[in-house]
Amino acid sequence: MFTAERVADEKDWVKGETGDWEVIIGLEVHAQVASNSKLFSGAATKYGSEPNSQVSLVDAGMPGMLPVMNEFCVEQAVRTGLGLNAKINLFSRFDRKNYFYVDLPQGYQISQFEHPIVGEGEIEIEPEGGEAVMVGIERLHLEQDAGKSVHDLSDDETYVDLNRCGVALMEIVSKPDMRSPEEASAYVDKLRGIVRALGTCDGDMEKGNMRADVNVSVRRPGGELGTRCEIKNVNSLRFIRQAIMHEARRHIDIIEDGGTIDQETRLYDSVKNETRSMRSKEDAHDYRYFPDPDLLPLQLEQSFVDAIKANLPELPDQRKARFVSEFGIPAYDAGVLTVDKTVADYYEVVATGRDAKIAANWMMGDLFGALNKAQIDLSDSPVSAKALGGLLDRIGDDTISGKIAKQVFEKMFEGGGTADEIIERDGLKQVTDTGAIEAMVQEALDANPAQVEKAKLNPKLLGFFVGQVMKASGGKANPGAVNKILRAKLGL
Amino acid sequence: MSDLTKLTLEDALEGMTKGDFSSVELTRAHVDACMEASDLNAFVTTTFEQALNQAKASDERRAKGEAGSLEGAPLGVKDLFCTEGVKTTAGSQILGDFKPPYESSVTTNMKADGMVMLGKLNLDEFAMGSSNETSSYGNVVNPWKKDVELVPGGSSGGSAAAVAADICLGATATDTGGSIRQPASFTGTVGIKPTYGRCSRWGVVAFASSLDQAGPIAKTVKDSAILLDSMAGYDPKDSTSLNVDNGDWVASCEKSIKGLRIGIPKEYTVDGMPSEIQTLWDQGIEWMKDAGAEIVPVSLPHTKYALPAYYIVAPAEASSNLARYDGMRYGTRVDGENLNDTYERTRAAGFGPEVQRRIMIGTYVLSAGYYDAYYLQAQKVRTRIAQDFKNAWETCDALLTPTCPSAPFAIGRKVNDPITMYLNDIFTVTANLAGLPGISVPAALDGDGLPLGLQIIGKALDEDTVFAAAGALEKAANFTAKPNKWWV
Amino acid sequence: MSKPETGPETGVDAETVRKIARLSRLHVEEERLVPLADELNGILGWIEQLGEVDVAGVEPMTSAVDMKAPLRADAITDGNKRDDVLANAPRSDSGFYVVPRSVE
Repeated sequence: MFTAERVADEKDWVKGETGDWEVIIGLEVHAQVASNSKLFSGAATKYGSEPNSQVSLVDAGMPGMLPVMNEFCVEQAVRTGLGLNAKINLFSRFDRKNYFYVDLPQGYQISQFEHPIVGEGEIEIEPEGGEAVMVGIERLHLEQDAGKSVHDLSDDETYVDLNRCGVALMEIVSKPDMRSPEEASAYVDKLRGIVRALGTCDGDMEKGNMRADVNVSVRRPGGELGTRCEIKNVNSLRFIRQAIMHEARRHIDIIEDGGTIDQETRLYDSVKNETRSMRSKEDAHDYRYFPDPDLLPLQLEQSFVDAIKANLPELPDQRKARFVSEFGIPAYDAGVLTVDKTVADYYEVVATGRDAKIAANWMMGDLFGALNKAQIDLSDSPVSAKALGGLLDRIGDDTISGKIAKQVFEKMFEGGGTADEIIERDGLKQVTDTGAIEAMVQEALDANPAQVEKAKLNPKLLGFFVGQVMKASGGKANPGAVNKILRAKLGL
Repeated sequence: MSDLTKLTLEDALEGMTKGDFSSVELTRAHVDACMEASDLNAFVTTTFEQALNQAKASDERRAKGEAGSLEGAPLGVKDLFCTEGVKTTAGSQILGDFKPPYESSVTTNMKADGMVMLGKLNLDEFAMGSSNETSSYGNVVNPWKKDVELVPGGSSGGSAAAVAADICLGATATDTGGSIRQPASFTGTVGIKPTYGRCSRWGVVAFASSLDQAGPIAKTVKDSAILLDSMAGYDPKDSTSLNVDNGDWVASCEKSIKGLRIGIPKEYTVDGMPSEIQTLWDQGIEWMKDAGAEIVPVSLPHTKYALPAYYIVAPAEASSNLARYDGMRYGTRVDGENLNDTYERTRAAGFGPEVQRRIMIGTYVLSAGYYDAYYLQAQKVRTRIAQDFKNAWETCDALLTPTCPSAPFAIGRKVNDPITMYLNDIFTVTANLAGLPGISVPAALDGDGLPLGLQIIGKALDEDTVFAAAGALEKAANFTAKPNKWWV
Repeated sequence: MSKPETGPETGVDAETVRKIARLSRLHVEEERLVPLADELNGILGWIEQLGEVDVAGVEPMTSAVDMKAPLRADAITDGNKRDDVLANAPRSDSGFYVVPRSVE
């Protein structure tokens, strides 16, 4: 499905000197296959090893070396394709993409040009503060990653490490279906959720295991598509949003000054927050693709695909639907809680057997807030799902009030122990003993005779006494009990 | 002791088995012969000392009853096969002093069978040539000589010359468009290119991956069967390697061809072909008849398009295969003003004119706008050529053709005329395009006393029939001529 | 077997040679551009007879073996041989290949 016709919501239009503009975005996401060995060689793929320690003679492009396909990588490409609701091509082929570069030992990259292993598909995304949008998938193909060039070890030379060279990548190409930086990052976030749920890629953008090339162009809302520029290797959701904003603005300024956009490859500089042209790539434009004669066509049996399909794990969309039906939480909450597998797994532990709505509120409110403030990933959260569940249990059985629970949670987050330990140690149990409460109520009434008279006429003023008693009890008195006793004593 | 270098591989192996002589003695004799023959320039690198050590070790293995199929035989290896720790040049300057930290699968097999390696044999640069004149290590001179020095053919010129001159008992070679069979024909030796996929390409410097195939050059048909049986075999490191067993090739060399249907392709009669070659071909037909074969006229209508198709497919693949020679990870680097200048100066200095010419043709035919007209068209014509053979196999079991349109020519005569040079492969290139086995057998001397060969082309994986027909041809031709040792 | 005449319709000029040489990363001296163009035209003109062949509905032949690609198991069986990998390098330092500066 191709939706270039779709016009962005007005809120996403970009103001220019001469009127409004619409941003058209397509992404090419490179997702590293979570395999032990490389796509065409038996060398390891582990991240952060000694330079050139994970390089085979094949990866180093030695004379007479030949590639042999990694079956696991092929399988992961198919799994991912199925996760993107895409067509699996039983016949696909590897081509050579010819260009010279120091991180490309063979002088060509083995990729899939004419016959990719996965064809068209589509996924639904939910951009923040917008409604759901369908994004078309153009194709997914397998290809080799290149090596790493290090420029800061010498002033006049480049150091090359081929450890990453030959690692399997899935290049997932979207249709130009996105219309705002938010949609673009929601799309990448969704892809990330899908490959993580499938286990085909760890989605780690910091390690570069998932990175995006962003195609940006601008047009008058609903008008003719403009010339696009490709921004290479953007490696975080924030940078993707910033790069798109910057690039769109650059296009608008040029066009409004009467200029034209050159179709080119650009690089995003996150420090200066700007994109600049990659001149050196320009004369490498004629890649002279042709079928790699060292490899034979990849021909899959339908039964192979069906077997993979039969064993697909639950995907984010399915899990979201299940959360709504099983836990009765709103679709929006379910969406937020299922984008990432770690989050969804955490929630499932907390919510099971408890008030699922309260569980969702606690995670999306207090927990995420605290994690954000502390810049910690959920996977490293000091409060485990089990521990948070333990806290919610104490609210559930009236041991503590919601208000006290927030104090307890803060202590838990600082590593103060389990909810029970903290409640015990700091004596935060709610006072439910009516005798004690009655005494406190009496004190409050005796201390404020004038208020007592007013309250008798206007029950709204009860709140004043409740507050007094709660204060006296250090928040531990059971609010329900306090209310009941007050009413009784005032004869209301 | 009689001159051990005159022995065939078969007889030498038997002699060692019987204990008439040792591998050390046999190897010593060949090392001496190699040293005498330096004028032929057959070697790029000699490894005599290692050879004698290998011979010693081989005699010890034999004493322990652990003799392999090539046990103790002193052989040569075309310098396109990577050999561990031994400089490998592909006949080019661009590899500099490259010493592979690995051994090609083919030579690994041969070493496991007891081969003694005398050295690395000269060849056309990256196997691109039909006269061995493109080698950056100098021309190889054909042991057969009239008044002037002649080319040994190419690209396996060193392999062919070494075997013809009795300085190696046999040699490895490779054939992309005729590089085994044409030099065999030019030097009065036997050369077979097996079915594509029989010999692993792992560790063999690539020229054109979909056409390259290794094979032996030998003194007799049976010697070539013994060598191929050691070289061939399934290799999981080569995705195009065929997982099939070798036939009983040595036995097939003596199999009767009674009732075998030999096809004679009419399109292999070409204008300007010396009458002597036509005569020899007719003679070959008679020999086959006498041996009990049935002669069947066949047609391979797309034959004339084979060479043009080859000169698109091979350079295209080569332009990509040779991109790795950029002076960054191995080989000689020529520093320039910047990275691209360094690439361009390194490659301009490292590759010879013919290699540069083919890289540029290959780049051109693959470049945007020309791919369909040239490369895709050539690949489709290739399908047609393969289909021609499939059709022929409906009425015959093997084909008999001349190996080359000419006898060996004088050094320098065709070097400045690419197309005339390319036409040397007109009868051999079809087997590469279709992936079929082809063998050249020495059949006669021409009026100038120079060797001429006949070719047998067989069905895919039917080397048994190819060896049977070649054996019959060899028997009938009874080619015993030898070049006189002018170089000694 | 007369040598086919070179087709003038084949349009490789000095500029094209410059472009091809650039793509091939081959340094070509200015004065060699025209002679090279002639050489290439000679060969291309000869090659162009391929156009005569009717290939309607013919599949291109990309390999001489007719089988599907073999697949290997995802096991670490190679690598860990830095010395072998760097052994023939013109320049290397602390485990890296050292090459001319190539910064964007």
